[in-house]
Amino acid sequence: MEPTQTKDPEYYHKVVDCQYACPAHTPVPEYIRLIAAGKYTEAYMVNWESNVFPGILGRTCDRPCEPACRRGRVEEEPVAICRLKRVAADHKSDVTDLMPIIPSEKNGKRIALIGGGPASLTVARDLAPLGYSIDLYDNQNKAGGMMRSQIPSFRLPDSVLDEEVGYVLNMGIETHFNTYVNSLKEITDKKYDAVFIGTGAPKGKDLSDLPGRKEASANVHIGIEWLASVAFEHTNKIGKKVIVLGGGNTAMDCCRTSRRLGGDQVKVVVRSPFSEMRASEWEKEDALHEDIPIIDCHVPQSFVVENGKLMGMNFDKVHAVYDDNGKRKLVSTNEAPVFIEADDVLIAIGQENTFPWIERDLGLAFDEYGMPVVDKNTFQSTNEKIFFGGDAALGPKNVITAVAQGHQAAISIDLFCNQQSLTERPSPYVNLVSQKMGIHEWSYDSDVVTDNRYIVPQVNKEIALKDRKVEVELGFDGLHGYKEAKRCLNCDVQTVFTENKCIECDACVDICPTACISFTFNEDDENTLRNKLQVPALNLSQDLLISAPLPTQRVMVKDEDVCLHCGLCAERCPTSAWDMQKFFYTTSKAGNQCQ
Amino acid sequence: MTYIKPKFRHPSLPKNDLGYTKTVYEGSLSTLCAGCGHDSISAAIVQSCYELALEPHRIAKLSGIGCSSKTPAYFLSQSHGFNSVHGRMPSVATGASLANKDLIYFGVSGDGDTASIGMGQFVHVVRRNLNMVYVVMNNGCYGLTKGQDSATADEGSKSKAGSVNLFNAIDLPSLALELGASFVAQSFSGDKAQLIPLIKAAIKHPGFALINVISPCVTFNNNPGSTKAYDYVREHLDATSTVDFIPLQEEISVAYEAGSTKNIELHDGSSLQLNKLATNWNPEDRMSAMTAMQQAKLDGEILTGLIFIEPETTDLHAMIKTSDTPLNTMDESQLCPGSQALEALNEEFR
Ligand SMILES: Cc1cc2nc3c(=O)[nH]c(=O)nc-3n(C[C@H](O)[C@H](O)[C@H](O)COP(=O)(O)OP(=O)(O)OC[C@H]3O[C@@H](n4cnc5c(N)ncnc54)[C@H](O)[C@@H]3O)c2cc1C
Ligand SMILES: Cc1ncc(C[n+]2csc(CCOP(=O)(O)OP(=O)(O)O)c2C)c(N)n1
Ligand code: SF4
Ligand code: SF4
Ligand code: SF4
Ligand SMILES: [Mg+2]
Repeated sequence: MEPTQTKDPEYYHKVVDCQYACPAHTPVPEYIRLIAAGKYTEAYMVNWESNVFPGILGRTCDRPCEPACRRGRVEEEPVAICRLKRVAADHKSDVTDLMPIIPSEKNGKRIALIGGGPASLTVARDLAPLGYSIDLYDNQNKAGGMMRSQIPSFRLPDSVLDEEVGYVLNMGIETHFNTYVNSLKEITDKKYDAVFIGTGAPKGKDLSDLPGRKEASANVHIGIEWLASVAFEHTNKIGKKVIVLGGGNTAMDCCRTSRRLGGDQVKVVVRSPFSEMRASEWEKEDALHEDIPIIDCHVPQSFVVENGKLMGMNFDKVHAVYDDNGKRKLVSTNEAPVFIEADDVLIAIGQENTFPWIERDLGLAFDEYGMPVVDKNTFQSTNEKIFFGGDAALGPKNVITAVAQGHQAAISIDLFCNQQSLTERPSPYVNLVSQKMGIHEWSYDSDVVTDNRYIVPQVNKEIALKDRKVEVELGFDGLHGYKEAKRCLNCDVQTVFTENKCIECDACVDICPTACISFTFNEDDENTLRNKLQVPALNLSQDLLISAPLPTQRVMVKDEDVCLHCGLCAERCPTSAWDMQKFFYTTSKAGNQCQ
Repeated sequence: MTYIKPKFRHPSLPKNDLGYTKTVYEGSLSTLCAGCGHDSISAAIVQSCYELALEPHRIAKLSGIGCSSKTPAYFLSQSHGFNSVHGRMPSVATGASLANKDLIYFGVSGDGDTASIGMGQFVHVVRRNLNMVYVVMNNGCYGLTKGQDSATADEGSKSKAGSVNLFNAIDLPSLALELGASFVAQSFSGDKAQLIPLIKAAIKHPGFALINVISPCVTFNNNPGSTKAYDYVREHLDATSTVDFIPLQEEISVAYEAGSTKNIELHDGSSLQLNKLATNWNPEDRMSAMTAMQQAKLDGEILTGLIFIEPETTDLHAMIKTSDTPLNTMDESQLCPGSQALEALNEEFR
């Protein structure tokens, strides 16, 4: 096999599992070290640069980083990356002075943002400091999009949302709230230089064909509409017995909100088996903790209405069967229908995009599913002036994805307004610096602690269930934030190997606690090589670091899979052929390209 | 400042027949210089004991003084250990073995510890054929006391400071052959593929087994001109054969052309498979082994691998006909049967 090209920044980037998995590529270990050092403000700003909403995401992020975290491969649980973000946000000092300076002299370009969710706000955050004049349109009375209308206050207090949305709006964004755009043409007629559409996926799916649906309609609600009406205080109570249909995170928010508005027998009923529900593990845990049973493998059959009043619902019990390709089918057990009583039913079975307000003659192509045709890298539509991002672009995902796409769209808009090619994306900023300070001394804390993951404390359940605005999670205090931060393995401190210094003394092989390093004869086939290492490298998602041939004609092969970044290989290397070097990587933002 | 070995290990570390991972055979974190050959030998000892699935509490590690003699702290933490006086490890080993013949005695020494201050002890333990493994971590200098030439430094070898050694070197394998050793091997710390099967065979050998391991001292004797430096040793290695240790009841898998292969059955039924044999050398013939050593010396080469073996050998206990029951398991009445028994014994000689 060929020697690994570590000159390509993507090699080391991939070693930083969490950062690589984060859609916005937040430099996770960098901010975790800052938290451990008590530098909360700095940790906050590292986050803010990448993901715009550290306080919000530190409470609500879908955390794709955590399943990727190396620590989860070494012991039971990953680092609590998400909740550490919150530690930075909770403990920071005033950051207003650290925000970018907005030029008073504008660059003459005008941008319209439709929708005020995280995607649009990210575009605003990236373009306003470059001198763009920005108009933001949203039908709600405040910005934040679904972070405001959907994510319940007991998970995300308004104060946190207002603060972080405020940092963006204070950049001189011209807001047009309570303004539903019902014609895109009206906007394009205003001769903006570019238009960004971040209107989300605002339509909740219904079960219109289910018998009894019409008759029961007074007590059947679409989950996301209902949550929005709770958030905007149009709804403040629900019946005692509530059925929530669906197994995703929306269902979890619906059931937990119901518990706070008078529902004392709230049940989640879901078609799929429990283990296959779409909701995150932690959301399910939180629902169960609030005494909400989750009844799985029950398919809705009908609404039962008597004398015009909803009595409950009938369900067909099913079990899952899988074909040879692992494809699931839900097959009826042919038992009698299961009746579950209900005063109200919330339907939380998914969201859809809808663009009734976009005229079809603006040069904007839509695909067979009614989705706009959008380039996945540039986020440009088939109308060169119109860009999409967030749930509106590629379907409903989450806040961090909306942010990542917003950054990319902002780059595209800036390139577009400067008549530059959109496909030549600015390269990431990278830096690789030795951490060696002396014998046994590194400028990072190389010690690997064995602490198990710390649990975020919660407010007393009785108090929480009384008021939907009481935040359930209390967040880590300074001490526990520190302890949890110490669990991070510093995956960005790379093991850098310089073959011409190596004397093949085996010191690194002998010391490595996790048997990552092997010296062996090279192979043409990667699998053969993987299998002959000290411990076979069977996790194919993790790369091998392969050296050029050494004097004995062998090569050094390091399996990145469970390296602890403890630095002992470098510590024991007599010639510094191994060195621990901190790799800093950030994706470029709008304005970083050569102009 | 941190210098602590993390507790985590590779989650899919293989297990041996006892269900132990290699971790069970590890020691504490080495304090030797980074890159010291001795650490590689320690790692080879860990690997060998793991692969042989030895119970750690059945092993006693013994050593003298020196960087090499410190290494028992860095392997087999769960075994017995005795770090003795400089050069006196053989006496302690002999005493321990006499008291309890059932343990595996694993001696570690240096070239100074063995060939200088301990020479008198060494020669006697060889000729007594004490059932033990005797590893010399041979770096041609006194590492611990800052690199003075030892008695195994080759004539003409240059020290780090530039002085040239004037004296003839003591060649420990040749000496051991002369003294009637029943197992003699030589190896290099940087060649675990060879060292590990040799250590395993030495452990299985029922008599005295010497492994002289060239083990570069990176700090004081790894300079150009030294004949114990990594580069020099790698350039001058010449192996008697490749060595594979075949455990009991395991099939021999690799086939080589006839005439170039030899299979030596060890006392317990396991065997050593030697391939690519050197010409004019028969590991079971002491004369040919001695000649091979002398020839290599003339050619300026370092002959490694198995040098000599006498698989069925009479060890000290057999020679002096000690009791089958280890002394330490006998009670006082057996060990000291009283004056009447003495009288009876004396009577026999009257
Ligand atoms: C119940 C629920 C809970 C969720 N919880 C989480 C969570 O915990 N973590 C997470 O990461 N994600 C969560 N999500 C998903 C997340 O909220 C979205 O993925 C994210 O907000 C998408 O951002 P966006 O900027 O694309 O659009 P949105 O946030 O949807 O914002 C779009 C905005 O545009 C407005 N708008 C739409 N059409 C028009 C128009 N024609 N004119 C003017 N304004 C318009 C909308 O009113 C809205 O304010 C949740 C979603 C739901 C439904
Ligand atoms: C009785 C006695 N004499 C001298 C010494 C000093 N001394 C300590 S280690 C050593 C030589 C060790 O050399 P070697 O056995 O080759 O070990 P190395 O450090 O090279 O591995 C000497 C002379 C001592 N500790 N005790
Ligand atoms: S251990 Fe730290 S750096 Fe490594 S993946 Fe987890 S959070 Fe990221
Ligand atoms: S840093 Fe080096 S010694 Fe530590 S686990 Fe990684 S490869 Fe092994
Ligand atoms: S002085 Fe030499 S023998 Fe001693 S630990 Fe250092 S390198 Fe090894
Ligand atoms: Mg020595």
